[in-house]
Amino acid sequence: MSAKILIVAEHDGSKLNPSTAKCVTCAKAMAGAEIVVAVFAADSSAVASQAAQLDGVSRVLKVDNAANAHQLAAVLAPQIVALAGPYSHVFGPSTTFGKDLMPRVAALLDAPQISDVMAVEGPTRFRRPIYAGNAIVTVDTEGNSKVVATVRIASFEAAPTGGSAAVEAASVNVELPTHTRFVSVSAARSDRPDLQTAARVVSGGRALGSAEGFQILYKLADKLGAAVGASRAAVDAGYAPNELQVGQTGKIIAPELYIAIGISGAIQHLTGIKDARTIVAINKDGEAPIFEVADIGLVGDLFQIIPELEKLLG
Amino acid sequence: MNRILVGIKRVVDYNVRIRVKPDGSGVVTDGVKMSINPFDEIAIEEALRLKERGAAEEVVVATIGPADTQQQLRTALAMGADRAILVQTDGPGGVEPGVAARVLHKLCEREQPLLVILGKQAIDDDNSQTGQMLAALWNRPQATFASKVELTGGQAKVTREVDAGLETLEVDLPAVVTTDLRLNEPRYVKLPEIMKAKKKPLETLALSSLGIEARQRLKLVKFEPPAQRQKGIRVKDAGELVDALKKKGLVR
Ligand SMILES: Cc1cc2nc3c(=O)[nH]c(=O)nc-3n(C[C@H](O)[C@H](O)[C@H](O)COP(=O)(O)OP(=O)(O)OC[C@H]3O[C@@H](n4cnc5c(N)ncnc54)[C@H](O)[C@@H]3O)c2cc1C
Ligand SMILES: Nc1ncnc2c1ncn2[C@@H]1O[C@H](COP(=O)(O)O)[C@@H](O)[C@H]1O
Repeated sequence: MSAKILIVAEHDGSKLNPSTAKCVTCAKAMAGAEIVVAVFAADSSAVASQAAQLDGVSRVLKVDNAANAHQLAAVLAPQIVALAGPYSHVFGPSTTFGKDLMPRVAALLDAPQISDVMAVEGPTRFRRPIYAGNAIVTVDTEGNSKVVATVRIASFEAAPTGGSAAVEAASVNVELPTHTRFVSVSAARSDRPDLQTAARVVSGGRALGSAEGFQILYKLADKLGAAVGASRAAVDAGYAPNELQVGQTGKIIAPELYIAIGISGAIQHLTGIKDARTIVAINKDGEAPIFEVADIGLVGDLFQIIPELEKLLG
Repeated sequence: MNRILVGIKRVVDYNVRIRVKPDGSGVVTDGVKMSINPFDEIAIEEALRLKERGAAEEVVVATIGPADTQQQLRTALAMGADRAILVQTDGPGGVEPGVAARVLHKLCEREQPLLVILGKQAIDDDNSQTGQMLAALWNRPQATFASKVELTGGQAKVTREVDAGLETLEVDLPAVVTTDLRLNEPRYVKLPEIMKAKKKPLETLALSSLGIEARQRLKLVKFEPPAQRQKGIRVKDAGELVDALKKKGLVR
């Protein structure tokens, strides 16, 4: 029997998040799979038509409901369960959206969840990182239940567009809880490349010394057209906002170029950049562990090197 | 009584360099330092602070695991928790999140907590599932990845660290909260507290006595070390760096 995969779309109400196209690529790794994307929103038309263009998707289900405006896990989970009947697999992205939601779905389905799928070995067999990426485990559900999974988005390319899947309204009749209410979300700054999908990232650590010090990274990033990232130490110290944290407990990213500046290279940080194509390290301590993973290392004082780089990059 | 239940997991200490066993059957844990999962220390600390602020009267810590896990429960008691529950498994290994969530659900029915605080993920298996699963089974709200928790009357206002920034939710109590790193900084345990903790109640229950089967739904086929990156080069100065990047086609 071939796989039928339901993917829960991530979006902001008007735009489909690139994480969904990566889930589609993961699903396509299962030969012969039928791939359906479900969009939960107050009004899902715009997002559904973007999902319909993803190559490999056969159908898009729209679930419109005012209660879905903020995509709360407790509200979405019972609706996903109501749709899940005919599917062998239910996938979501391993972003904060999917990490929050999918285990709630798995528990309601009495299914196990495989978190952070990095490779598909077969319909029930997957590879995933554990211990902050210091070991990779192959797991198998042995076909005893539905498979609920979150997809490690740094491991998959986005599925290309060019498809034209049918879009259908799905009706879901379940009682939705009112015990969880959205209050607010801090406005994301949209004027620079998004950390999670940027081709280049310039990242700063504790060594930047202050929020003002951190500003020199933004200038360098602008020169490179890069997104800005940060270590936990830099975020904890208030130099950078939490959404910039890269690592085991921050974002896991896979840019073409990652420049780590004044970051020592703790394993929890390295977990977030294992899939970066080229890693550059700038650190005044030649023994810093970041140099063990760097493709290009430069030992020196960042406060001297960054202005020089900026000049050289014109 | 307004009670907070905290779930803690014993894990390999975050400073230990993880090695995969040569036969691929697991990672080396023999003779390795074990600690409370860092996110769970934060969960204990938050519960204690809520109690100190008068929002709760009792803090109960619970773990599901082998007998050795008592050590971590004693540490939690020394931090200030009032009592501890060990739900003991037969084998030396841990349980899957689905089983941990079932056990915690049973404990919720028994203890009737106002709030359950768990870590956002255990740093061994990096699953990040248990809190959400518990909330589903218990049919209660969840507020994951919390960086701020305020209790007011029958509700909690929780700020969450999400990809977009910070999200605030209001949930009815009882509810499940999972902790992110910036929620607080856990206190250090002082020696006299360790002595006092020895006298605090620690109850041991057999997993089977709760009527829960330690089902293993995922077969662990094999463990491997991650792919190693190729050794890189060193450059002397900013000029050489820019040249090296140009050679790779990464800057023009
Ligand atoms: C459970 C857990 C989860 C964690 N999750 C994450 C995570 O997701 N992401 C993360 O990043 N960390 C995480 N950490 C923290 C991690 O262990 C490190 O503490 C953190 O990454 C250190 O940040 P840093 O490299 O900026 O600071 P430091 O380790 O203090 O390093 C600063 C570096 O800057 C260099 N330096 C100083 N001055 C200069 C100068 N003038 N010029 C050039 N170089 C200079 C120093 O040589 C040093 O190497 C986690 C920790 C735990 C326990
Ligand atoms: N065996 C366990 N005993 C008690 N609490 C647990 C156990 N496993 C997980 N937890 C709790 O659930 C959180 C998330 O774990 P996980 O879903 O395994 O990443 C942990 O930080 C703990 O608070």
